[in-house]
Amino acid sequence: MGMWTLIGSECLLFGGLIATYMVYDGRSVTGPYPHEILDIPLTTLSTFVLLMSSLAMVLGLQGVQEGNRKKAITWLFSTAALGTVFLGFQAYEFTHFYGLGLTLEQNLFGSTFFVLTGFHGAHVLVGVLWLSALGFKAIRHRLGPNQAVKVEVAGLYWHFVDVVWIVIFTLVYLIHPPGPPVL
Amino acid sequence: MSSESREVMHDQHTHPTAKTYIGIGIILAVLTAIEFALYYFEVWGWLARGIAMPSLVFLSTIKFILVVMFYMHLKFDSRVYTGVFLFPLALGTLVIISLIILYRLLPHIPV
Repeated sequence: MGMWTLIGSECLLFGGLIATYMVYDGRSVTGPYPHEILDIPLTTLSTFVLLMSSLAMVLGLQGVQEGNRKKAITWLFSTAALGTVFLGFQAYEFTHFYGLGLTLEQNLFGSTFFVLTGFHGAHVLVGVLWLSALGFKAIRHRLGPNQAVKVEVAGLYWHFVDVVWIVIFTLVYLIHPPGPPVL
Repeated sequence: MSSESREVMHDQHTHPTAKTYIGIGIILAVLTAIEFALYYFEVWGWLARGIAMPSLVFLSTIKFILVVMFYMHLKFDSRVYTGVFLFPLALGTLVIISLIILYRLLPHIPV
């Protein structure tokens, strides 16, 4: 119940951030503009990585519930690794955008984009650390079926981070304001 | 009961099998690929914006529901959890829709 309450409050947090992005979308008076720099193929790939991390997460939880230590360790660390790959994509995207002149202060797009995706990235980082800690507990034989609820709670958090990205990917990257998108 | 239909009992609720999880994962990957294709169909002018945008929102909603129902186990958990999640989610969605109506559809309001 505690995790669901946290997730509920996070819905309002991300709802506010997404609403702010959408209100200011297409209102920047100086570039770079979204259609000039957003890399859709790269972000689609990172979205795929995050979605597959959710699959790895449920398989990890199943491993813990079944008392299958090897399966639990494999999939928990796979989830953390896929989350780290996602963060790598985001770090590349941020530094690439910075190189193209898009900063937090450059324009409305920069401010709202970096705050929204940065907050999400911070959540992914917390999830990666949390899942890594659970993976190490499993290695030390301290994560048996009787403690599966700990993994289930971490999983809820991880999947929530995933569904938030599903929304961000569509609203920020795929649905662009009218204008000449660049391939 | 076959191994395929066998479900793991935990905390008085059932969880899907690994086969179901993998099936959902494949569906999520396919839907993402369709979204990617729709984006470029619109960019290349093969698809009207009036079709692409609602289609993308629809596909995104399907993905959201699949993850929440199956991976987050809301389909199998207590209805109380559903309420605790859906109420703030509805509020968050209402905030987004309200602000878009206020600041984008009523352009006389200064941002």
